[in-house]
Amino acid sequence: MAEKDVKLMKGNEVIAHAAVRCGCDGYFGYPITPQSEVMETLMELRPWESTGMVVLQAESEVSSINMVYGGAATGKKVMTSSSSPGVSLMSEGMSYIAACELPCLVVNCQRGGPGLGTIQPSQGDYFQACKGGGHGDYHFIVLAPSSVQEMYDFVGLGFDLAFKYRNPAMILADGAIGQMMEKVVMTPQQPRRTEQEIIEQCGEWATTGKGARKQGLVCTSLELKSELMEKINERLQAKYRLLEEQEARWEEIECEDADYIIVAFGSSARICSATVEQARKEGLKVGLLRPITLYPFPSKPLQKLAERGVKGFVSVELNAGQMVEDVRLAVNGKAPVVHYGRMGGMMFNPDDVLQEVKKNFVK
Amino acid sequence: MAEIEIKAENMVYSKPRLITDEVMHYCPGCSHGTVHKLVAEVIDEMGLEGSTIAVSPVGCSVFAYRYIDVDWIEAAHGRACAVATAAKRLNPKNLVLTYQGDGDLSAIGTAETIHAAARGENIVTIFINNAIYGMTGGQMSPTTLLGMKTATTPCGRDARLNGFPYKIADMMAHLDGATYVTRQSVHTPANVRKCKKAIRKAFENSLAGNGYSLIEVVATCNSGWKLSPVAANKWMEENLIPEYPLGDIKCAELPKQ
Repeated sequence: MAEKDVKLMKGNEVIAHAAVRCGCDGYFGYPITPQSEVMETLMELRPWESTGMVVLQAESEVSSINMVYGGAATGKKVMTSSSSPGVSLMSEGMSYIAACELPCLVVNCQRGGPGLGTIQPSQGDYFQACKGGGHGDYHFIVLAPSSVQEMYDFVGLGFDLAFKYRNPAMILADGAIGQMMEKVVMTPQQPRRTEQEIIEQCGEWATTGKGARKQGLVCTSLELKSELMEKINERLQAKYRLLEEQEARWEEIECEDADYIIVAFGSSARICSATVEQARKEGLKVGLLRPITLYPFPSKPLQKLAERGVKGFVSVELNAGQMVEDVRLAVNGKAPVVHYGRMGGMMFNPDDVLQEVKKNFVK
Repeated sequence: MAEIEIKAENMVYSKPRLITDEVMHYCPGCSHGTVHKLVAEVIDEMGLEGSTIAVSPVGCSVFAYRYIDVDWIEAAHGRACAVATAAKRLNPKNLVLTYQGDGDLSAIGTAETIHAAARGENIVTIFINNAIYGMTGGQMSPTTLLGMKTATTPCGRDARLNGFPYKIADMMAHLDGATYVTRQSVHTPANVRKCKKAIRKAFENSLAGNGYSLIEVVATCNSGWKLSPVAANKWMEENLIPEYPLGDIKCAELPKQ
């Protein structure tokens, strides 16, 4: 067996490496802390000389997301990355991309908000990522990495899901995952798709120029006739139902016999896995359910745990309580659900979370 | 009425092959139809039907994709040049053009337009400047003349209240990346012919990799101006063209690094 390609890298750096290695065609971005290393790493890697990948620094996030829109419309594998305020600027373009059913990847390395906020980690963009952000009824597929390895893996996975469902995908990371260094196992270089392969895969919709086609293709989200616009919405909603049925991903740690369940994603989940260990040492049966996809949200396993008789759920997030709403909907009143979080770039430690479990549920 | 038989030898003109049979929504007298026709003709004459990717704006020409049978991407308001930038960089052999109005290009899309030109993107922008927002019902645009009455300047544009109009083509001619900048019109047969030549020159400039090309077309919006088509042409000649004079503003080579 060939030796593994293992490196020690920052979460943001591996996004760049993973993009090149999975055969990404184009990256368009704008600098913002704490994710600027993504574009910096790409500019150092110079993939235009190796794979032919385009890397372009845009004049704003508004522009970079519209470059992603333009590239995705031609069937290319394109992406951008930013952090919270930048993603707010992208929201218009994201709505258009979802409406046109274009595959692409957006990485949000979240920082504390609202407003200009702070450059420290936060998970305050859960609503924005999972409930829309931009206008209209649409969803991105949202992946929440909790390690540098997952940052790497989710680039390829994000593109695969995006092309499978013709739906944009997002990696919702945070400043902690983006900035920390960890071991990462890299995959071998995949070639970019040829023009012919793109036409075979995306020929029904990609506006690559008419070529031998009889009629031009149009990539648009405009439909002035309400009865037709409703049909378009129904088609999108059917796709979202399918995603909810087929693509929810999660990890369960010590959930089988747990009396109390912590629900946490991303960097929060890492902290909470230590809470579980600590609780178990004290004889307290605490488990952790870590949603890997935030949209589609893993409601079914939560529902099962609630039905099995879990006595309480704590949704632990670096925000004022956003995912907790989805946890409550899944648990549906069968057990108490509370939220615990810090905001503005502040973190909790494992013991803080354990105290919260005890305070709410252990009398 | 008796059918008139047109013999092949008598046929001197027909609808451009790439113009579809869709009924155009443009008002009678509007310049869009003429410019669409020219764009379709030049694409066809240059053999670019299969390799053109056009980007339509938000505004009256939002439905441009219904009328010219090539591949189109419909951009969000003002974002056409960003969309075109990526489409071109990722498909360098294609002709990539944007078709935009003065609201789309010189108001909400100023940043995207100027930066695409500054980077010297090998794209062509066709910019229809009729000094008004047509689709939304005739509001003031950045190119609305001082004193001009619109839905949002009912007493006429007042510089103290509404600011001054500006000439974005002249501004863009200062950018190294913009190598062909011209201002045309289509209100007389002679001008139509000149405009068509300019479109061809811009396409050639783009395909030669010589940077960004901008064709501003000073245009009529007789509905928005509340004038008949004939009166609109006259008003344009007397008022708009003196402010936005016709002719090439810049023809240059892309500077070497």
